[in-house]
Amino acid sequence: MNKQMTAADAVARLRDGMTVGFGGWGPRRKPMAIVREILRSSLKDLTVVAYGGPEVGMLCAAGKVKKLICGFATLDAIPLEPWYRKIRESGSLELMELDEGMFQWGLRAAGMRLPFLPTRCGLATDVTRLNPEIRTIRSPYEDGETLLAMPALKLDAAILHVNVADRLGNTLVTGPDPYFDHLFARAADACYVSAERVEERLQLDAAQARFNTFERYLVSGVVEAPCGAHPTSCPSDYGWDMSHFKRYVASAAEPGGWQAYMEEFVQPGEAAYQDRNGGIERMAGLPLPVF
Amino acid sequence: MNQDTPFTLAELMIVAASEAWRDNGEVLASGLGIIPRLGAGLAKLTHSPELLMTDSEAFLVEEPIPVGPRGDYVPKYSGYMSFERVFECVWGGRRHAMVGPTQIDRWAQTNLSCVGDYRQPKAAMLGVRGLPGNSINHINSFFVPNHSPRVFVAGEVDMVSGVGFKPERWDDGVRRDLMDIRVAVTDLCVMDWQGPGNSARVRSLHPGVSFEEVQEKTGFPLLKAGDLGETPHPGAAQLEIIRRLDPHDLRAAQLKGNPPGIRPAA
Repeated sequence: MNKQMTAADAVARLRDGMTVGFGGWGPRRKPMAIVREILRSSLKDLTVVAYGGPEVGMLCAAGKVKKLICGFATLDAIPLEPWYRKIRESGSLELMELDEGMFQWGLRAAGMRLPFLPTRCGLATDVTRLNPEIRTIRSPYEDGETLLAMPALKLDAAILHVNVADRLGNTLVTGPDPYFDHLFARAADACYVSAERVEERLQLDAAQARFNTFERYLVSGVVEAPCGAHPTSCPSDYGWDMSHFKRYVASAAEPGGWQAYMEEFVQPGEAAYQDRNGGIERMAGLPLPVF
Repeated sequence: MNQDTPFTLAELMIVAASEAWRDNGEVLASGLGIIPRLGAGLAKLTHSPELLMTDSEAFLVEEPIPVGPRGDYVPKYSGYMSFERVFECVWGGRRHAMVGPTQIDRWAQTNLSCVGDYRQPKAAMLGVRGLPGNSINHINSFFVPNHSPRVFVAGEVDMVSGVGFKPERWDDGVRRDLMDIRVAVTDLCVMDWQGPGNSARVRSLHPGVSFEEVQEKTGFPLLKAGDLGETPHPGAAQLEIIRRLDPHDLRAAQLKGNPPGIRPAA
């Protein structure tokens, strides 16, 4: 069994109109090497599902997004994601804006093959008014409470980035927080994982094995992508790249800014991408952010 | 009064924020932003050691971590609190978060999503984030560094992200009793929603600020709390802790011009 493939192989498995979830959180451990491969592809009309970071802004800027399902889009140190903001303010974005917890519940319901999970999150706000397809349900027990029935967020594909993987599809997230990648993997029909390092077969001690957060049967493809989360962080390996973020933010204020960003960083491919960001040694040595 | 060590408005607000966490019991204290976070740390190191805090990433700490670059400081972890566990904490109601919404209305509803028309907003903000779930599940307070009618809006907030006391927003059978909105700490005053019918009140005024000025800079009518007085000044011991928690003086950059805590007479 060997699930290793290239980023281009993984993207070739995606189809126009698919619902695609992206792991990580804001500017943290986003599968950016595969995102850049999507940006180079002809894929379109995607429904993007994410705890949004720069992948959301970039996919919006490139016209890949038919609909966005998220609770936010942010670069953390730069609170407002520039391209998300620009496209959102143009009025052209179809958006399902959810509470972070509703979002989690939707992924969880999909992973458990349930139509919905009940929650109070989102009640009495505009989240329900603006998304009338999200219904409420009455508790069948004595309390009779009205609850929100968060529908399953079923994904055609999930795309994740981890620290270490093997060719069988075993994965390790060695940073302090696994975020919700395991739920993205469970919610999806297929899951493609890029990794800083791909080994033939992981052989771990018990402490290391606890960094595994979901099972390999969920993983369809493994892509080796050193610094594949750049410009986002990949704890415990490297931090986010503020200078790249500033360049990216500036592109949203320049005429033809997106095209220039694409030409400089995306179209020439990953090797050129690394060169233009000071080389892989610089990228791999970016300090972890202090919160 | 003239015994006071000089203090800044930011320091006064940190002390006011810390009071929000008094007598909350063993809950996770989440202060989002420098001033709320320092307020939570000050609360834990003074009147409320039972509070839980994190390193703002994924670990619990019993000693609040200084803000900014840490130098030689090595955090001492006492437990683990990933985002997933924070969500579970939220739904169990064991948290008091202080956040800075873009807009707040007379019903204490909050907006973090966008300003203007929802379909084509004048300004897209962060997104609702965790506000819907936080506001309906646990204690919440607000931090407002720029008290104005742009924040405290005249009508309803443009996009209700966090729940409030507006009856029409609550369908039959939805539990409202888990919602617990406490205070807004602003650069002019401390407010709450404890007036008749949960109307907004000014609880204390910062030194040199008049009720009339607060009213003028608020888009909806305010009441005076029965015991309306001056926001307590930071004491020397509190200022010492604040300096320890903020060794790089990041608090000085949080309010425009870093004004003094006591306004010079006009």
